[in-house]
Amino acid sequence: MTRPWRPAQRSACTVLRALAAATLVLAPGLPVQAADGPPAPAPLSHYFSAATDDPAAPDHDGFIRRWMLLDPIAKPNPTNIVFTGSYVREALSPETYPGRFGTLPRPGAITHIGETLTWHALDSRLWDVKLFNFAQSRGKRTYGVVFWAVTVIDSPREVTDVRLAVGSNSASRWWLNGEVAAELFDDRRMVMDDVLSDRLTLRKGRNVIHGAIINGPGLSDFCLRLLDASGQPIRDVEVVVR
Amino acid sequence: MRRSPIDPALAALAAATLSCAAPATAQLAGDVFIHDPSTVVESDGKWYTFGTRGGGLVSSDGWTWSSGPIRPGGGVAPDVIRIGDRYYVAYAVGGGGLNGGHASEVKVMWTRSLDPNSPDFEYHEVGTVASSNGVENNDAIDPAFLFVDGRLWLTYGTYFGSIRIVELDPATGQRVPGNQPVDIAIDMEATALLYRDGWYYLFGTHGTCCDGPNSTYNIRVGRSRSVLGPYVDNMGVPLLRGGGKLVAAAKGRMIGAGHFGHIDLGGGLEKFSLHYEADMDRSGRSVLAIEPLLWRDGWPVAGSNIKAGTYQIQSERSGNALQLRTDFVRIPFDARRSFMAGPNDPITAIPDQTLAENGPAWPEGAVRVDLSAYMVRPNQHWLVTPEPQAGGYFGAPYYSIRIAGTERALAVRADGREVEAVPRFTGDERQLWRIDQLTDGTYRITPKGARDDTALAAIGTSSVSLVRFDPDSDAGRWRFHTP
Repeated sequence: MTRPWRPAQRSACTVLRALAAATLVLAPGLPVQAADGPPAPAPLSHYFSAATDDPAAPDHDGFIRRWMLLDPIAKPNPTNIVFTGSYVREALSPETYPGRFGTLPRPGAITHIGETLTWHALDSRLWDVKLFNFAQSRGKRTYGVVFWAVTVIDSPREVTDVRLAVGSNSASRWWLNGEVAAELFDDRRMVMDDVLSDRLTLRKGRNVIHGAIINGPGLSDFCLRLLDASGQPIRDVEVVVR
Repeated sequence: MRRSPIDPALAALAAATLSCAAPATAQLAGDVFIHDPSTVVESDGKWYTFGTRGGGLVSSDGWTWSSGPIRPGGGVAPDVIRIGDRYYVAYAVGGGGLNGGHASEVKVMWTRSLDPNSPDFEYHEVGTVASSNGVENNDAIDPAFLFVDGRLWLTYGTYFGSIRIVELDPATGQRVPGNQPVDIAIDMEATALLYRDGWYYLFGTHGTCCDGPNSTYNIRVGRSRSVLGPYVDNMGVPLLRGGGKLVAAAKGRMIGAGHFGHIDLGGGLEKFSLHYEADMDRSGRSVLAIEPLLWRDGWPVAGSNIKAGTYQIQSERSGNALQLRTDFVRIPFDARRSFMAGPNDPITAIPDQTLAENGPAWPEGAVRVDLSAYMVRPNQHWLVTPEPQAGGYFGAPYYSIRIAGTERALAVRADGREVEAVPRFTGDERQLWRIDQLTDGTYRITPKGARDDTALAAIGTSSVSLVRFDPDSDAGRWRFHTP
């Protein structure tokens, strides 16, 4: 969540830090608090594991957890209130994709956009994909960024009247097989099934999903699942990133 | 039905003029002149209701009605129920206070079709199932059926004494041998029974009928766990002592609400038929009406159609408002200065954002619609206008739904599966909507040409589409708020 009035946010953060510093007992698995400063960021393994060569399945609720994620691209924005549809369509377009849009990046592939950025094949440990924590654990910038995410849905059959159901923080755009499927604008919080696409057809075989998420200050994440014609999650597909 | 206030000669004259229909203005279209309408029932793809003196009305959509149905036997205030392949018709002969008499008989007959053109249209007499002798405190008119759990019940009676209930054999329509009438209410006319969630509801009409714009008719209800009573109202007053919770009364230019009839259209959509003793826009004549039926805390309440006006259309699912999906236009505001303002700084009003401020950012062509937090913005305000010339459905006209101050109209896309706002309202069927109030007071929004029970629904927190209406979900429920 982003609040445009940043001094108040800083003030609240200062209070929270002070409270955290007074806490001596931490839950297992959380990063160890430094004696004289804020806790170290959680490691990447706290939120993600490396994707394997074996196909993954959507989780019980149909959320897609396996993604190729690119390190964040710098896109400075001091606030999220600028994320109108016009702005987001221009900022997140196939022309701004780092590479040839529609192709699947190779894990470990490197691109240069002001700095060296790497594609990572990851499985989220959670139903949503924690982009802020991904960037933070990589030592990358977390505010004023654009994230790109790519995955492949391998369907055993053609499925009509499918909808992409997306939530993102903040704005984002999503493509299925190269066609725009869902767009989320404005200063936005991530909630499941926030924006649903029109009815689409999932091809038999490989279907490529591209997503781009833009955020100013604050946390950033997304969730995505496929719903069938009756609104139920589609789970009998394989998710691969290779 | 109370007959005494009206002269029989005038009644005959009124009956002769029933077919001289005035243009539809307030509610329903076509020939809607009827008194004591029976429960509206479907037969052969059309909907029928019968009134006093043998005539009836028929409609294919519940909006435009015409005369033509045939009910032999004459008499007053019939009721109709379908059980299996039979339509049982009950009606009363005699009584009603005409010439001071209260000796009457409730007769029953049946037919396999109500359509005079059907080969199954043939009435069969069952005979008299209840009567009053003219001396006892009962007048056996205004019969009404209820069929629950394989048992068929019939209430009857009017202002003269008590309302009574008897049991009939659903296989024959005859009175169950040995069954004796039970008194269940007083001070009622035109009763009707309904069973719902373990309660039996007894509807009836209080007040005076048959006096045009001076008729005080109003519909009341009590309920009981047993079909034989005791029926009590919301205050615990027994209907046998004159209790009755108000369901419907006069409103607007419609006076004298009476003769309740339940219409269950399925999918969470319930309505009721009634007559108004006087439609002030139709010479004060008695007319058929159909209105939404709501349920609140286990009690039936008359709902209301949406009136012409400008509204926020709010999704019951997410609470978000239906809007043109356009770029958010900010109201100029210095948040930093506002938060730092002192208690004695001058206070000024900030005007609402105008269409001139918000509209220039809108695309010229069709614009998709979505849901977002309500912000009192011009792209969230919809002018809802009845379009009765386009017809209607069960008591509600079709509506246009336009962005206020513009011609941009909510419409079904050419693919028939999604919605958008087109630049200009043309009256095309894709731009017309049914707005039916559901039993919880929310509304369902249905395209005029909808097939397969399709309706406007919030398919996500922020997304809308046309999908099959699910009565068990809030996705297809909408509220209309004035800005």
